Amino acid sequence: MARITAAIASSHVPAIGAAIDNGKTEEAYWKPLFEGYEWTKQWLKEEKPDVVILVYNDHASAFSMDMIPTFAIGCAEEYQSADEGWGPRPVPPVVGEPDLAWHIAQSCILDEFDLTIINKMDVDHGLTVPMSLMFGQPDAWPVKVVPIAVNVVQYPPPTGNRCWMLGEAIARAVESFPEDLNVQIWGTGGMSHQLQGPRAGLINQDFDNAYLDDLTENPQRLREMPHIEYLREAGSEGIEMVMWLIMRGALGDNVKPLHRHYHVPGSNTAVGHLVLKPE
Amino acid sequence: MKQTIHEYLAEFEDIPGTRVYTAQRGRKGYWLNQFCMSLMTPENRERFKADERTYLDEWAMTEAQKQTVLDRDYNAALDEGGNIYFLAKIFSTDGLSFLQAVGTMTGMTPEDYQAMMIAGGRSPEGLRSIKDGN
Ligand SMILES: [Fe+2]
Repeated sequence: MARITAAIASSHVPAIGAAIDNGKTEEAYWKPLFEGYEWTKQWLKEEKPDVVILVYNDHASAFSMDMIPTFAIGCAEEYQSADEGWGPRPVPPVVGEPDLAWHIAQSCILDEFDLTIINKMDVDHGLTVPMSLMFGQPDAWPVKVVPIAVNVVQYPPPTGNRCWMLGEAIARAVESFPEDLNVQIWGTGGMSHQLQGPRAGLINQDFDNAYLDDLTENPQRLREMPHIEYLREAGSEGIEMVMWLIMRGALGDNVKPLHRHYHVPGSNTAVGHLVLKPE
Repeated sequence: MKQTIHEYLAEFEDIPGTRVYTAQRGRKGYWLNQFCMSLMTPENRERFKADERTYLDEWAMTEAQKQTVLDRDYNAALDEGGNIYFLAKIFSTDGLSFLQAVGTMTGMTPEDYQAMMIAGGRSPEGLRSIKDGN
């Protein structure tokens, strides 16, 4: 049986990808940010997950204004790095896990979550930056990936509660997959940041740290948090954190934090990172 | 009772210095944003850089939208229905990072903006709500 053994939350800032790609991780500006991921890199070498269900949002790369799925699942064999305007990131192709992905898609649809099925798309920094943060710069990624793309660009994005419930449905789907697979689920994006308008540059360390606390201590508060609270407190792009609730919803009632890291700034963004184990 | 969509949307207008990407903005900015998407190939970036005006004229954008692009006035582009993740294709074509481009919307110099971020970013204090002034 496949099982979700652990979860990772992490920001996915484009400049982090650029710092890795251009060999700047040892520079004074970047070093403290990357050091907070060292524990996780070592831990992943021991955990050896087979598959990562990677929850992220597309930043107008695969999805333009032509089509905007709220929840979409990648069922492809392989995904290439998107050209976001400066050429594709020099990272290995992301290898999919179509058997599991189709199983999750089918199971979730019968479970009343009507996921959009994607057989071809490029993946942008939202997916590839967390891969680089956790695995560095290998010739090939050591895991297969099932991308879950969430719309947090065109309002309204899904509610926190809906994200949570999707996480639960994904967990049920994984548990009913007959192959013996070690599966992790990652929630990416956030934490506080605003990339637009005169209020750009907003960072709210109190909000972010309370959010990191409550993923363990009071997830119900996060589940009920309305979009306006993210916008006011964590900046317009802080809404990405709602995606972490898909990850959290997949873990059940109780979780144990294994590792936590928080650093300001990564470019315009507060970088948060958490490793959780279901109990 | 659950909030209606009207109440939900009305709250977004109460956040200082922020344009939430609502359906209204998405509809207004459709062609501006689709033009931005076209800059995701090196061929199109080269063509755009060689003659921005001619390239823009190939798109069903309003004159005001084209002007925001020519001026690289990102606040004005947001008002014309642009979304930052789409507009990012323009400043990436220019070779600017998010840090460099985003700062231009704040009225701060690039140095001051960068210094603010290193010092921990902009506090939300006083910037949560226009009506409550908090
Ligand atoms: Fe993002």
